Amino acid sequence: MAKKVLMKGNEAIAEAAILAGCRHYFGYPITPQTEIAAYLSKRMPKIGGTFLQAESEIAAINMVYGVAATGKPVMTSSSSPGISLKGEGISYLAGADLPALIVNVQRGGPGLGGIQPSQSDYFQATKGGGHGDYHMIVLAPSSVQEMASLTVKAFELAGKYRMPVMMLADGTLGQMMEPVSLDIKEAEKFDTSWALTGTQMKRKHNIVNSLSLIPEELEQLNFERFKKYEIIKENETMYEEYLTEDAEICIVAFGIAARVAKNAVNSAREKGIKVGMIRPITLWPFPKKPLYDLSDKVHTFISVELSMGQMIEDVELAIRCKKPVMLCNRAGGCIPSPEDVLAAIEKANKNGGAL
Amino acid sequence: MAKVTFDTDLCKGCGLCVTACPKNLIVIVKDKINKKGHSPAEITDESKCIACAFCATMCPDCVITIEK
Amino acid sequence: MIVFEKPKSLVDIPMHYCPGCTHGIIHRLVAEVIDELGIEGKTIGVAPVGCAVMAYNYFACDMIEAAHGRAPAVATGIKRANPENIVFSYQGDGDLASIGMAETVHSAARNENITIIFVNNAIYGMTGGQMAPTSLPGQVTQTSPYGRDVKTAGFPVKVCEMLKELDGPEYLERVAVNNVVNVKKAKKAIKKAFTNQLENKGFSLIEVLSSCPTNWGMTPDDALKWIDTNMIPYYPLGVYKDRSAQNKEKEEL
Repeated sequence: MAKKVLMKGNEAIAEAAILAGCRHYFGYPITPQTEIAAYLSKRMPKIGGTFLQAESEIAAINMVYGVAATGKPVMTSSSSPGISLKGEGISYLAGADLPALIVNVQRGGPGLGGIQPSQSDYFQATKGGGHGDYHMIVLAPSSVQEMASLTVKAFELAGKYRMPVMMLADGTLGQMMEPVSLDIKEAEKFDTSWALTGTQMKRKHNIVNSLSLIPEELEQLNFERFKKYEIIKENETMYEEYLTEDAEICIVAFGIAARVAKNAVNSAREKGIKVGMIRPITLWPFPKKPLYDLSDKVHTFISVELSMGQMIEDVELAIRCKKPVMLCNRAGGCIPSPEDVLAAIEKANKNGGAL
Repeated sequence: MAKVTFDTDLCKGCGLCVTACPKNLIVIVKDKINKKGHSPAEITDESKCIACAFCATMCPDCVITIEK
Repeated sequence: MIVFEKPKSLVDIPMHYCPGCTHGIIHRLVAEVIDELGIEGKTIGVAPVGCAVMAYNYFACDMIEAAHGRAPAVATGIKRANPENIVFSYQGDGDLASIGMAETVHSAARNENITIIFVNNAIYGMTGGQMAPTSLPGQVTQTSPYGRDVKTAGFPVKVCEMLKELDGPEYLERVAVNNVVNVKKAKKAIKKAFTNQLENKGFSLIEVLSSCPTNWGMTPDDALKWIDTNMIPYYPLGVYKDRSAQNKEKEEL
């Protein structure tokens, strides 16, 4: 068994990025993700990489855009208000079909909000955030180990599909320490014949661009990009299914909320309540099919979130509103306790599908 | 002797070459219209051209090639 | 013998600029410098948002289109990833001195080893002639219809004067393309800026006073005269910073 080290979630992301082959990081200080920058500021100069503290989140994401255009793995990280600033750059990455990793260690909002953990950037991450028709692949780790392993996965998906990938973590996962195995291989490499390297006078110039002034051409580019999105939905949707075989109630939760909810599921099972859980690991693409498949078997879904209820809309869509979906949530930097979730499960059990 | 070639279809008729020519050899030909819909510049008497390339230096559209 | 022809590192297609717009001259100067230095194969250009947005179609080297004002950040990313490439950005006044001011100042402060061609024509051209950060006091534009009133719209930004106070930048020069002599000086400055990058000296910015006949409402000729009579007095030409030359002087003393 591989050796494990005790690390903060933020540090696990940083080290995993290096192991995955990323040598370029650009960021701007913001709590609660600053450990990523601090860690990489120590490591990058020692391994011939770039750590650059940019003048703003906007500059950082545009530096990422520049490196991404050269075909090299690149990342930035921030927390909620900073991700809003990166929105423009993310839209340009999507529009120019460039691979990059953007880490959001979420905090409560809106506005300056707070610095405690939150999941209230779910809409921003999965529905856009920037302007225009586009998606990012959104990965939601729920342990420090996943912070590391999904970082590698993120670089692979970004390179394979030439698109921005977001790691949607939260302040708890970023700050907490857990043993983590860093038995990580470099991310798989992909074709970069499109990249800017200089023509070396051997080929026609490559152009990286998101401008297209002819409507029919821009439409076609959108069609092609969405064909790619369909392939991703088909092949890259990830989720964890927990005790769902005989479940009458299904919890849906991601990230730190799923950790809490799993405890509640175990407690409820001890009380004889047939409850299971689906934990989306990709928030986009959302695991619609397993939820839909469960919708005939269970009488109630419970969406557990650190927000005022954002993912719940995707759960309702996934099951075509066939069954009631309860919301068990805290917001503004507060986390539901296992008791809160257990109470929601007991209520669902009592109501038996009638809200 | 200088040989001056105007790629007439690239010309937008802005006239900067006309002003730049120290020998006043270039004119905008008002009764001609090029592919872009502009009246293009032309050299009137090539034999008087000194190949200073001032016209080409001021031309924003790389219309003019000069050989000597 | 060919005395003058279109440079090889410009793609052989017509440019979209208005008649008499000096963007075409500045594009050509950059391309001539790239040809003369023999660097087309390793050059990567960053196009702005503004009239020169489609510069990516015109330069034969690898090109990228940046978000509005972000070209210095994009160029930074490219140069950090590929230090062996020669990276230049080509930006207008709205792009560089308004929305992208932070990126401009900080890439200069870092002495990022890039070359910036800054085209100052004192107006937003692409959007139809609005007041720019560099519009002159009293200048009539679409959004300063009574003339730029410095009491409400503030004063123009003098980019070279401002950046020269930083320790970072290697080379800052303001040139103009309003006549043959100035065009030749402009080319020399642009060549210096690219050469500095080849010699790893760092950040070079060449501000080029340029015309916008269409949005100034002038003939191309009158627009060039206006550069002389109105712009150059407010934006004096010359070298604002040349660190290597300054250091050499110090050594000699």
